[in-house]
Amino acid sequence: MSDEAASTPDAANADGDAAVSDPETDGGERPQTHTIRLELVDKPGELLSALHPIAENGGNLLSIFHERGNLTPRGHIPVEVDVECPPDRFETIVEALREEGVNVIQAGAERYGEELTLLLVGDIVDTDLSDTLRRIESSTDATLADLSLSAPEGRGSASSARLRLATRTGRTDEVFAHVRDIADEKGLNVIEPLVEVSE
Amino acid sequence: MRLAVIGVGAVGRSVVELAPEYGHAVVAVADSQSSAVDPGGLDAEAVFDRKEREGVVGDGAPADALAADYDALVEATPTTLGDAEPGFSHVRAALERDRHVVLANKGPVAERYADLRALEAESAGTVQFEAAVGGAIPILSTIADFGPGQITAARGVLNGTANFILSRMAAEGLGYEHVLAEAQDLGVAEADPAFDVEGTDAALKFVILANVLSDGEQVYSLDDAEVEGIRSIPASALDLAAEDGRTVRLIGEATADGVRVGPRLVPQHDALAVTGTRNIVQFDTVHAGQLHLSGRGAGGPETATAILSDVTRLE
Repeated sequence: MSDEAASTPDAANADGDAAVSDPETDGGERPQTHTIRLELVDKPGELLSALHPIAENGGNLLSIFHERGNLTPRGHIPVEVDVECPPDRFETIVEALREEGVNVIQAGAERYGEELTLLLVGDIVDTDLSDTLRRIESSTDATLADLSLSAPEGRGSASSARLRLATRTGRTDEVFAHVRDIADEKGLNVIEPLVEVSE
Repeated sequence: MRLAVIGVGAVGRSVVELAPEYGHAVVAVADSQSSAVDPGGLDAEAVFDRKEREGVVGDGAPADALAADYDALVEATPTTLGDAEPGFSHVRAALERDRHVVLANKGPVAERYADLRALEAESAGTVQFEAAVGGAIPILSTIADFGPGQITAARGVLNGTANFILSRMAAEGLGYEHVLAEAQDLGVAEADPAFDVEGTDAALKFVILANVLSDGEQVYSLDDAEVEGIRSIPASALDLAAEDGRTVRLIGEATADGVRVGPRLVPQHDALAVTGTRNIVQFDTVHAGQLHLSGRGAGGPETATAILSDVTRLE
């Protein structure tokens, strides 16, 4: 569910193309206010480069709430931006932000949440990988966004899997706890990412 | 200062050899079987020649070194768990005589921190243990300078053997057993590598950091730490991590949540992803962001520099 906007780059590009060929569509709908939540790395110029794609794609910046002093679980700075634009422009703006490498946590009503990458090691195949993944998805609100498996020696020996899980912001601890429980039960080891949480 | 050095492994030996350079005299040396005592100062070469030829450092019993007239006792015997003996008794003997103690041995500080501090409180002597955490890197003196209350968390790599193995596995695509054998050939890993590869050594260091950072509010020991080693990590795990711009390191953490040591995914270019036997520690500070200290975390001369700096602080 959370990947709806992210998985429609084609639609967004089509919109963009249409806008170039037919500028009349620009003001076709009344502008609406949208809220975008971003997270920025604490480096000079990060905020400015995150705002460029908004202006360049026809968004009218209404307000910026830069939550300095507050950190996301990844140790980045949360920023909330209110943007006014026609609804059909909104996806283009979100896409443009992502192309700039800005991490969009939430756009409009959609929560994109966070992505966690972790490794599972052990006898992954013979402990029923499908079941492992299904249980990770069903016991948490995480969805599997990507999976890579490496079992160079085939079944029955140590293999590794890299999982990318999409989850809601603030739920990462819960997801790790569930993954650990499932792995323990199957005799697998979890290599978690080092997430630097500031108190 | 006049020093008594207990334990003549690589670290104790280097302390005896380097002490004159730091303006200190070694008046007593002991190994597990024997001791040499000379109030006028021992000659390092003579002591170690005899150790090599005859297997003893001198004619005395080990206890003679503890009874010698010294200002600071350097405890450099191997780290033991649980009751941390015989290291702890050596420390007690010195403190009860109102002498200072400088530890390289992690046991007493990690396993019996409250007992150690209680003995120190009753003594005119002071206990220092910079050498127990991160070899040559001035980690504890940085905490002392910064103030433990100004540091909210410490994390990093404090075991060079495990880091060597993981970074070689990642760089060469080799399996754990292969790289371990190579590390043993190079003298980076011991014949019995369990202490390093199971995470115990790193955990002891982070337990010590937790004790120092909590500044008496809470006392930790190895039992309080969540520890996982690197033995079960296949080469394929490092391959998958690398495909994603990441790598795996044995990372320790001492935070408000406690002590945890285990293999963790970190970005390949992260400050904590040091290579080879290098160590690094990262502090989260209240007002000054993150602070990193990196360097050689083990080795005779390296660790001896931390001991001799501690001795100089006692003057």
